[in-house]
Amino acid sequence: MGWILFALGAWIVGWALNVRLARLVPSRAVRLAMPVLFGLTIIAIWEGVVRGFDVSAVLLPAPSVIAKTFAASTSILWEDFVQTVIKGALTGYIIGCGSAVLTAIAIDRSDFLRRGLMPVGNFVAALPIVGMAPILVMWFGFDWQSKAAVVVVMVFFPVLVNTVEGLQAASAMQRDLMRTYAASSATTLLKLRLPMAMPFIFNGLKIATTLALIGAIVAEFFGSPIRGMGFRISVSVGQLALDLVWAEIVVAALVGSAAYGGVALIERAVTFWHPSQRARS
Amino acid sequence: MRSIVPVLTVVGVIFALWYAAAIWLNAAWAYDKAKRADVTLSTSALVADTWAQEKPRLPAPHQVGAEIWKTTGAMVAKGRAFSKRSLIYHSWITLSATLLGFALGTGLGILLAVGIVYNTVMDRSVMPWVITSQTIPILALAPMIIVVLNAVGISGLLPKAMISMYLSFFPVVVGMVKGLRSPEVMQLDQMRTWNASASQTFWRLRLPASMPYLFASLKVGMAASLVGAIVGELPTGAVAGLGARLLAGSYYGQTIQIWSALIMAAALAAVLVAIIGVIQRVTLSRMGMA
Repeated sequence: MGWILFALGAWIVGWALNVRLARLVPSRAVRLAMPVLFGLTIIAIWEGVVRGFDVSAVLLPAPSVIAKTFAASTSILWEDFVQTVIKGALTGYIIGCGSAVLTAIAIDRSDFLRRGLMPVGNFVAALPIVGMAPILVMWFGFDWQSKAAVVVVMVFFPVLVNTVEGLQAASAMQRDLMRTYAASSATTLLKLRLPMAMPFIFNGLKIATTLALIGAIVAEFFGSPIRGMGFRISVSVGQLALDLVWAEIVVAALVGSAAYGGVALIERAVTFWHPSQRARS
Repeated sequence: MRSIVPVLTVVGVIFALWYAAAIWLNAAWAYDKAKRADVTLSTSALVADTWAQEKPRLPAPHQVGAEIWKTTGAMVAKGRAFSKRSLIYHSWITLSATLLGFALGTGLGILLAVGIVYNTVMDRSVMPWVITSQTIPILALAPMIIVVLNAVGISGLLPKAMISMYLSFFPVVVGMVKGLRSPEVMQLDQMRTWNASASQTFWRLRLPASMPYLFASLKVGMAASLVGAIVGELPTGAVAGLGARLLAGSYYGQTIQIWSALIMAAALAAVLVAIIGVIQRVTLSRMGMA
């Protein structure tokens, strides 16, 4: 009973505090505090409900139990992190995004290719590419190479489509100006069109960060050596060790948010001139 | 229209590459077979063999086409369109989960967006979490959601639809928040000079103004919803659905079956997105926006 009251209390206190914060002048600290408070409230309610109603750990472990498991099994989590994120997702992300940008620059030279590839690229970008996973696992074996291959295929088209679009962003006037400077096409590309394309490229890169993690984890459902986040999740679900599953999810969430935040930070540094970035400061 | 020739050229090149890759990837097995049978392969025999293997590493397009026809058109002709061996049956399973998840996700997304636009507390405290929620690879959660809901007694369509819902609500929230905020200050002031109530402003200005944004996000949401349904079928032990066909195919090395399920999923995605595109064009042109 006490825990249920605790959950209710946490709910009311969190709600009231947030309503009060919303009335304040929106400073930086308030903007940061409100979502944090919201998250803490949810966790407190979760803890209270799980303990109060005595929910079985097989269904939903309490946050404190998850935290304990997380602290106890850091070595397993680290091993899975290296296997899935560093070897699988990161390798695939770099290869996939790099080749997509290079392909886009190559395509951009030919109007014919661009008009032919863009509809196809847009079409492929909307397809359920995760389905390629079993095939790629068959071709590249069970280890991280196949996971990297899945990630390459998944991130390639969104980045390609965005980059090709971005390379079109420079206006005719700006290109004419480059011509009056007698700039070569390489100089035009480097000094005008690539910088202009950066907001679009980063848009694609942000989409690709989430896709990369999903690809690497889902590919492990189709076969994996005995480590890796996807492997651990599917095995632990079978053993009903849900606290370990949730610990893996916490890792995945942290990695996902950190990767997204990292790309966003690089974006702010590279495209500081863009209106959407200037408006914020 | 002037894009037709380039697009057809690109598609043609893709098919040519596919056939070439089939020769390259399947050649090893063809040589191996020939060596055991003690015959030397001529080039034409090699090509013919690589395009007609039973369990190739990469099946040729016509093999996949034949398999799809065998499991759809031919089954319909025999009057067994919904037998368990038919791809139509499996597609239907996946489609129903996709559509249910899509409907739930769109509903939830629109509700959240209205809340976020009209309530500052929600805007400041929920919106950051909506964005964070998408950096979590939800698909990794899929097996757990399925197993846990199963333990509570919910099985079948709903768990898969939940995963679809989670994937499809995000684009709708982001698009609708942008759309509901798209009316300019001048237009909002105009509503005020007409003494419009909050609900009138919503129904007659904000909601109509958000339609183009809504349709753009519905297309993304539909594609995401299908991915969710397919992945949701993986941990259920390969019972039914396109995801189950993928998994079963990968267990038994039935590459042709994997590819046909994959092409079927692609076709499904294309048709669903195209349907939304048609609805979008009709709606927007009747509203005078396109």
